[in-house]
Amino acid sequence: MTGLATGPRSASSAAESTVPAVRLSGVVRRFGDVTAVDGLDLDVRDGEFFSMLGPSGSGKTTTLRMIAGFELPDAGRVDLHGHDVTHVPPYDRDVNTVFQDYALFPHMSVGENVAYGLLVRKVPKDERRQRVADALRMVRLEAFEARKPSQLSGGQRQRVALARALVNRPAVLLLDEPLGALDLKLRQEMQIELKAIQQEVGITFVYVTHDQEEALTMSDRLAVFNRGRIEQLGTPADIYERPATPFVAGFVGTSNLIKGEVAQTIVGSEGTFTVRPEKIRIADPAEAVGADEIAALGRIAEVVYLGPDTRYIVRLDAGTDLVVTQQNLATSSMEALAAQGRAVRLVWKRQHTLALG
Amino acid sequence: MTKPAYAAPPRPSTSPLRRLQSALYRHRTSQVAILLTPPFGWFGIVYLGSLVVLFISAFWYLDPLTSAIVHEPTLKNFAQILTDPVYRVVAIRTIAIAGIVTALDILLALPIAYFMARIAGGRTRAVLYAAVLLPLWASYLVRVYAWRVILSQGGFIDWLFSLVGLRGVSLGYSDLSMIIVFTYLWLPYMILPVYAGFERIPTSLLEASSDLGAKSATTVRRVVLPLALPAIAAGSIFTFSLTLGDYITPSLISNTQFIGNVVYESQGVAGNVPFAAAFALVPVLVMAIYLLVMRKLGAFEAI
Repeated sequence: MTGLATGPRSASSAAESTVPAVRLSGVVRRFGDVTAVDGLDLDVRDGEFFSMLGPSGSGKTTTLRMIAGFELPDAGRVDLHGHDVTHVPPYDRDVNTVFQDYALFPHMSVGENVAYGLLVRKVPKDERRQRVADALRMVRLEAFEARKPSQLSGGQRQRVALARALVNRPAVLLLDEPLGALDLKLRQEMQIELKAIQQEVGITFVYVTHDQEEALTMSDRLAVFNRGRIEQLGTPADIYERPATPFVAGFVGTSNLIKGEVAQTIVGSEGTFTVRPEKIRIADPAEAVGADEIAALGRIAEVVYLGPDTRYIVRLDAGTDLVVTQQNLATSSMEALAAQGRAVRLVWKRQHTLALG
Repeated sequence: MTKPAYAAPPRPSTSPLRRLQSALYRHRTSQVAILLTPPFGWFGIVYLGSLVVLFISAFWYLDPLTSAIVHEPTLKNFAQILTDPVYRVVAIRTIAIAGIVTALDILLALPIAYFMARIAGGRTRAVLYAAVLLPLWASYLVRVYAWRVILSQGGFIDWLFSLVGLRGVSLGYSDLSMIIVFTYLWLPYMILPVYAGFERIPTSLLEASSDLGAKSATTVRRVVLPLALPAIAAGSIFTFSLTLGDYITPSLISNTQFIGNVVYESQGVAGNVPFAAAFALVPVLVMAIYLLVMRKLGAFEAI
C-alpha cells in the first residue's frame, strides 16, 4: 500500500472504534508463477459501499473471491467482522456474492433461485415465502416469480441475482462486475438502483469494477488496484482530485502527465505532475496569464467532438501532449472541428497541478 | 472531376458455376434440399423402412403345417407372447437386467465423469479419456470371452476366492455374471455423455450454490444432478437399449435367454419370422415407454 492509502482512514479515526466488516492482512494469492494478489492489507468499514477498481489482472476479482471463500490465500488472513475466516468454506461465511455472469440456476424458477439460500439453510417455509416475496419486490420483479431465468432480460437476471444474494441478509455483499454485461443506459440506471438498495438495506457492499466512472459514482470509498496491490485508497474525491501515483492519475480519468524537462519548463520544478483535462482552458496565445496560473504554448493536434463536450489534443511546444476537454457551451461542432491546427495557449490554475509521488 | 483514387470494385463473375452458386444463395430451400436428400433418403428408406417392415411382419403368421408365412393380419404372435409364461419370463428378465445394468453404469459413471470434468488436470483427463475409450477399440467378442475366462471355474475370480480357502467358485453362467459383463461393456457409453454434461455446467453455478450456504452434497443433489440429468438420460438410453437388444453376451456368459436369443432362434432355427418380429417389437415398445418416462421426469427440459 502506498502512503496515501492510509491517509483517509487515519483522518477519520473517530469512526475506527467499530470492527471492520472485512479485514485483509498480508493476503497473498499465487497462480503458478503469477502472483495475483501480493501482500494486501485492506479494511472495509461496516455499512459502506466499497469499490475495488482496477484493470483486468490487477487482482481485484481474486481479492473478492478470497473474501467469498472461493479462493484460499497462500499467506495472510481474512477476517469478517472480527472473526478469522481464512480457511472457512464459502457456505459457512456470512457473505453472499452477485456473480459477473449472474450464475442463476437455469433449472429453477426465479422464485426458486431466490429461495435457494433460505432452503438450504432450512428457513421455515412460511418465512421463506415471505422473504422471497419481499426480496423480489425490492428489485421490482414480483410478477416474475414463476419465470425461468432464460425468459428474462439481462437487467432482470441481474436483479434476480441481487435478490438471491440479499434475501439471505448477509453481513457483506460481494459484487463481481455485476453491471458489466449490461448496455450503457441500463448500467447507469442500475448504478442508481444499486446505490439506493445499498442505502435501504444498510449492508456492506464490496464492489469490483474496471469502470472508473462506476466506482466514482457509487462508492463511499474505493481502492485502486494495480499488479496485485492497492495503489491508492480513499473517497472518490480523494482519488480523483489527489491521485497518489501516475497509475491512479491515468486509470481514474484521463492521464495528462507532465514530467522531466517539460515539467521544469512549464511548472518550474522537476518531478511528475498531472492536470485534469477539464481544468485546462484554451486561450489565445497573446492572452495575459494571471500570477496564480500556469500557461503553456502549443498547437491543437486533434479535435474529437463528443456531443456535450469536445476533446482537444494539444501538442505543446515544450514537447508533450495534453488532453483538454471543454464543454460545448456556445461552441458548435463546426467551430470545434475548425480549431484543428490552431496555435493556442493552455492555461490552468496552479492549484490544479498535482504532484505525483 | 478527377479520376477517383480507389480502384473500381471487381465485377461479379458470370461463369456458369458462379451463376449456379448465386441462384442457390437466393433459393435457400433448394440448397438445403440438395444437401439433405441423400442422408434423409437413407434414413427414411433403409432405417425407418426396415422398422416398418418389422412392424408389419409382426402381424403375419407361420402356417404350422406348411411352415409358410401367411400374409394375413393377425394378433396370434402377440397373444402367444402375452400368454406363454416362457416368453413373459424372458421379456421380464431382459428388461430387469437392462434396468440394473443402467443403474450400475450411472453409479459408476457419475464419480468418474465428475472427476474427469471438474477435478482432473489436462494430462490426467486425457489419460482417463483414453482409458475409457480403449476397450471400444477391442472386439466385442474378445472382451466377452475374456470375461468368460475371468468368471468361470478355474478363472481369475475362482483363483481369488481360493486364496481365502473357498474352492470351486464360479460366477459363470449366471444372471450376476451377465450383469457384470454388460455393466463393463456399456460403461463408456454412460461416461462420455455424463462427462460432457458435467463439463457444460458453469463453475459459477457450483460456487453460487456454495456461496448461498449449500454444502457439497447439497450442491450435487440440487444443482449438479438436475443439470446433468439430460446427459444421464442420454447415457441411459445407450446402456438400456444396448442391453435390451443384445443376444451374444447372454449366449456366451449365461445359459438363460434374452429377448434377442428368442428372436434369433425363432427366425433362424424355427424360421418363424413373424413371431421373431413380434417379439422384437417388445424392446422397441419398452424403449418408447422409457423415453416417455424420462421426458415426464424433465430429463430433456434443461437442454
